[in-house]
Amino acid sequence: MTAAGSPAVSTTAARPAGGGRRLPVAWVATVPFFAYVGLFLLLPTLVIAWGSFTTKGGNLTFSNFTSINQPYLVKAFVQSAAISAVSALVGAFAGALLAYAVVTGNPRGILRRAITSAAGVLAQFGGVTLAFSFIATLGTTGIVTQFLMQHGINIFPNGIWLYEPSGVTLVYCYFQIPLMVLVFLPALDGVRPQWREATESLGGSTWHYWRYVAGPLLAPSFLGCVLLLFANGFSAYATAAALISQGSPIVPLAISNLLTSEVGRAKPGLAQALALAMIIIVLCVMVLYAALQRRTSRWLR
Amino acid sequence: MAVFLVLGAFFLVPLFAMFEFSTRGNSPTAPRTLDSWSQIIKIPELAKAITASLELAAITSIAMLVLILPTMVWVRLRLPTLNRVIEFICLLPLVVPAIALVVGMVPLYRWISINVSDSILTLSFAYLILVLPYTYRTLDAGLASIDLKTLTEAARSLGAGWGTVMVQVVVPNMTTAILNACLLSVALVLGEFTFANLLAFENVQVAILYVSFVSAGTSIAVAVASLIFTFTLLLILSFVGRPRERVAAAEEAIFTAPAQVGEWGMRA
Amino acid sequence: MGNESMSESGGPRAGVEVRLEDLRRQYAGVTALDGLSLTLAPGELVALLGPSGCGKTTAMRLVAGLEEANGGRVVFGGRDVTDLPANKRDVGMVFQAYSLFPHMTAHQNVAFGLRLHKVGPDERRKRASEMLELVGLGPHAHKYAHQLSGGQQQRVALARALAIKPTVLLLDEPLSALDAKVRSRLRDEIRRVQLEVGITTLFVTHDQEEALAIADRVGVMNKGRLEQLASPTVVYSRPATPFVAEFVGLTNRLPGVVREGSVDVRGIRLPLVQPDAQDGPAVALVRPETVSLAAAPNADLGALVGTVIAISFLGALSRVTVDLGDVTVVAQLTTSDAGALPMGTRVRVVLRPDAVLIARDEAAAVRA
Repeated sequence: MTAAGSPAVSTTAARPAGGGRRLPVAWVATVPFFAYVGLFLLLPTLVIAWGSFTTKGGNLTFSNFTSINQPYLVKAFVQSAAISAVSALVGAFAGALLAYAVVTGNPRGILRRAITSAAGVLAQFGGVTLAFSFIATLGTTGIVTQFLMQHGINIFPNGIWLYEPSGVTLVYCYFQIPLMVLVFLPALDGVRPQWREATESLGGSTWHYWRYVAGPLLAPSFLGCVLLLFANGFSAYATAAALISQGSPIVPLAISNLLTSEVGRAKPGLAQALALAMIIIVLCVMVLYAALQRRTSRWLR
Repeated sequence: MAVFLVLGAFFLVPLFAMFEFSTRGNSPTAPRTLDSWSQIIKIPELAKAITASLELAAITSIAMLVLILPTMVWVRLRLPTLNRVIEFICLLPLVVPAIALVVGMVPLYRWISINVSDSILTLSFAYLILVLPYTYRTLDAGLASIDLKTLTEAARSLGAGWGTVMVQVVVPNMTTAILNACLLSVALVLGEFTFANLLAFENVQVAILYVSFVSAGTSIAVAVASLIFTFTLLLILSFVGRPRERVAAAEEAIFTAPAQVGEWGMRA
Repeated sequence: MGNESMSESGGPRAGVEVRLEDLRRQYAGVTALDGLSLTLAPGELVALLGPSGCGKTTAMRLVAGLEEANGGRVVFGGRDVTDLPANKRDVGMVFQAYSLFPHMTAHQNVAFGLRLHKVGPDERRKRASEMLELVGLGPHAHKYAHQLSGGQQQRVALARALAIKPTVLLLDEPLSALDAKVRSRLRDEIRRVQLEVGITTLFVTHDQEEALAIADRVGVMNKGRLEQLASPTVVYSRPATPFVAEFVGLTNRLPGVVREGSVDVRGIRLPLVQPDAQDGPAVALVRPETVSLAAAPNADLGALVGTVIAISFLGALSRVTVDLGDVTVVAQLTTSDAGALPMGTRVRVVLRPDAVLIARDEAAAVRA
């Protein structure tokens, strides 16, 4: 890491002595950063892109992508999408409700600050610790399971579902809801009280206000947030890894199984194709999200 | 409102459940015990993993500062057109899923383990990329709040070299942002699982998972401990620094990092 | 653009009488309105003028129905609307900022109210276009709020408020967020439109120049009470209370002594507006335009002789500040007269014997 050293080289040349001569030298100082990022961010991405389109021998091929057409992988994509979509929708609606409750209160009150801080912490809470907390709650010896058992309610009549996609979805909601609160709150803040009052003075009721004013104004942001939550759920790995010990019910687990198994290591192209597919899916969703945010910011600054 | 109660329960119960679980005795009727907790130090792999994670956290923080801060300062002062590019790059890790990125890192790390070192500490290379979005945001906010141009020009006109400028002028004026960035890095590194697991290293999160196969109670005890530790860090984050700065910086950095992608798109 | 002449000439006033009877409003222990009573004649424009927190905005919101009164009544043309919610009161409102719905064009904004009133699409389109023409924004009908300037946005807001033909028009500091130049042009526009439509209007502002320029009557408010309600000329030249005298127009505060129905200010006796004032020390409130200055190069500095220490050029008029040693006096002169008295000139101060108001302000007496 010689970043501190390189800028010293360009001190004298950095004096404005004519644009042409200065520019190239000033750029030298940014080399360490770009080199590092190039090596650890760009290179892996290129490896994935290149690897997905080549065989182990180095020939260009689509075979890695066609191999995705196996039943268990197709199912993985479908389930990944399903879990992400459901947790995104639940997270979006619950989070929006919570955010609305927060925003109608005192802007400087303790409730708002408590909830935003809590949301900030919980949105980052994921992975192994989250999975374990749910196992401690809803596992076979979990505190809630036991409690309900004692009252005659068996929540796992057909076998424990915590370790199935439905359970995973529930656990995902734990970080999706706070994330929604954080990203949707600014949009809600941008809705001015004057618009509601204007609607009232023009003869509109609460329903009119939501139908014609607040609804259309918040819709792009809400939709964008659903997309963000979807991408977030789709990319999640650690939580599922801790809950599900075998099988590849979702794409991230399929990838990890390929990386750690003999079969997978023999055919790295497949894992890379899956990775590329994931990247493209998430990228598309995020681009849509950014576009929707732009529309929102124009209206709800 | 009912909303708060229901959601509050949903969020608090699992946390409480972890505490409860980690203090259970050997049978349902046995009294509460801190056995699981005391086991933490007795399991050698666990102790090793915890140490490794802490070291990784420290290395990543320092490396992050050394690499990113001078670059950001330099770009601000001399190459403002590059600002958008740097911002974009620093937001990329939010868009690329870790589980996908790690696939590309496997061959790279194979090379590193042969030619550089096979220590777990090489993970910090990858972790630096992971913390980029959050730390960039924090440091950027910090840089924006000081008049960088004037400060550095004053120092340079007094004869300071760039090294002196960075260490004695820029850093002391950005202690809050720097501390925030470090705390964020530490929190992220301690909670990281994906890279460690798939690059075959045993950091604290991976260790927790392994220990759970042996003793559920102990693994949950460690999980609780790491949670408390991270939570305390984030709490410190919200109290460190001048009042005006801390809330804004803390909130902006962690809480809205995903939203930065949208913002970047807005200004594109 | 005289206000009084217009009310006699011009078309018939189609407006409705609006009566506020003893309105009260309190929140969190603070009394925002303390028994406000006010009647607006049909088609009249009344300006509520006062500093922040005086209750003027609260009063307007009570008329609009956006807040509930703790006491008193609001009556539109004989109909008690006090218990009606805002969306049943048929009022048109223009806000200080964020007036327009950002996701609708100007035309859609104006048509929105008509749609809520169940006007058919063709009729809606026609009326909205007409209203936009009325405020001079016909060619901008398809633009969104962020594509319009502040002044244009407020004009659209006005068109929107008037489109539904409301009973009363309420304007909440509509010009406060605009640039000075735009402000004066727009306020004349608003007055023109208001007269053309003939609608009873309540205009809230903290800017006394605005209030005096466009209102038929001005209501000066302070701490929840109405201190004076009269035509602009009367409010200016015959302020009823010291607060009004100081809030409206500039005032000199000159310490003096009240004796037998007049006040002795530095040797000059001035008649009092309140002839039965108690004897004793007081502060006389003297308008700059009643102060004249004469060069007195050889006079000794005395109670009424001092030096010019500042001159403010305001175009046709200038304000000259004179230091009398223990107090400063501001005189308003024509610029040519002021030109004869440059900085440092020794001048004699002459006070026109108009009736003045007095204030009993011990702190000011000590300060002066």
